[in-house]
Amino acid sequence: MSLRSPLGKVLGRGSAKQGVSHWWVQRVTAIALIPLTLWFAYQLMHLPTANYDEVRAWVASGLNPVWLLLFIGAVAWHSALGVQVVIEDYIPKKGAKVLALLASTFLHIVVAVAGSFAVLRIAFTTFSAG
Amino acid sequence: MRQRPLSPHLGVYKFAYTMATSIAHRASGIVLSVGLLALAGWLIAAASGPESYALAVALLGGAFGQLLLAGWLVAFSYHLFNGLRHLNWDLGRGLEKSEARRSAGLVVLATLLLATAFIYAAFFAGVPR
Repeated sequence: MSLRSPLGKVLGRGSAKQGVSHWWVQRVTAIALIPLTLWFAYQLMHLPTANYDEVRAWVASGLNPVWLLLFIGAVAWHSALGVQVVIEDYIPKKGAKVLALLASTFLHIVVAVAGSFAVLRIAFTTFSAG
Repeated sequence: MRQRPLSPHLGVYKFAYTMATSIAHRASGIVLSVGLLALAGWLIAAASGPESYALAVALLGGAFGQLLLAGWLVAFSYHLFNGLRHLNWDLGRGLEKSEARRSAGLVVLATLLLATAFIYAAFFAGVPR
């Protein structure tokens, strides 16, 4: 005889809604990146030159820091998920696989934080007309 | 470890060009992940002062840097269009073999056009501004 109630038996049996998380976030970031990457490409092509002062003025101008932060965040997240599955598929040895996954995760977080900090630093130390 | 049955590997399949478009999606993704490092490096250099920025421009402006830039433009064009193809599949559309073959061709064609436009704009044109 089981001491568990009928309710206790069925609780937690349903979907935790987390099984599709990796797949879903990959798609959400992919969709976000369509306008963000095209914006970035368009902006780069319309920089008169890529010299120091002009690039800083562009980074700091108007809402550009916001778009750049969103762009960096979405790229880093999308890239982390993509590199993760490549590692999982092509590195069969368990130890090497875990090490590669750790390295990729740390590197992606460092790149995202450092890149975002660079944007903020430029935005808060450059005065532009835009 | 217990020996479990493995699914047949690549060697048992007859080559179809849709396979090439599949692996190219991963390859272009990895190329773009390396590009993310360059993007962050470029921004960090711009945030760190004129000397750092001059070094970044020297690296990216050299022959190897320009080759990398061109490669990222091609990889981005492909990953963008093949990514749209994937999103369409996720809606349950275009999954028939004939449709997948046709969309593969479309992706390659669109990639050639966009990448050519990018490379022209980046390396050869005074871009209209």
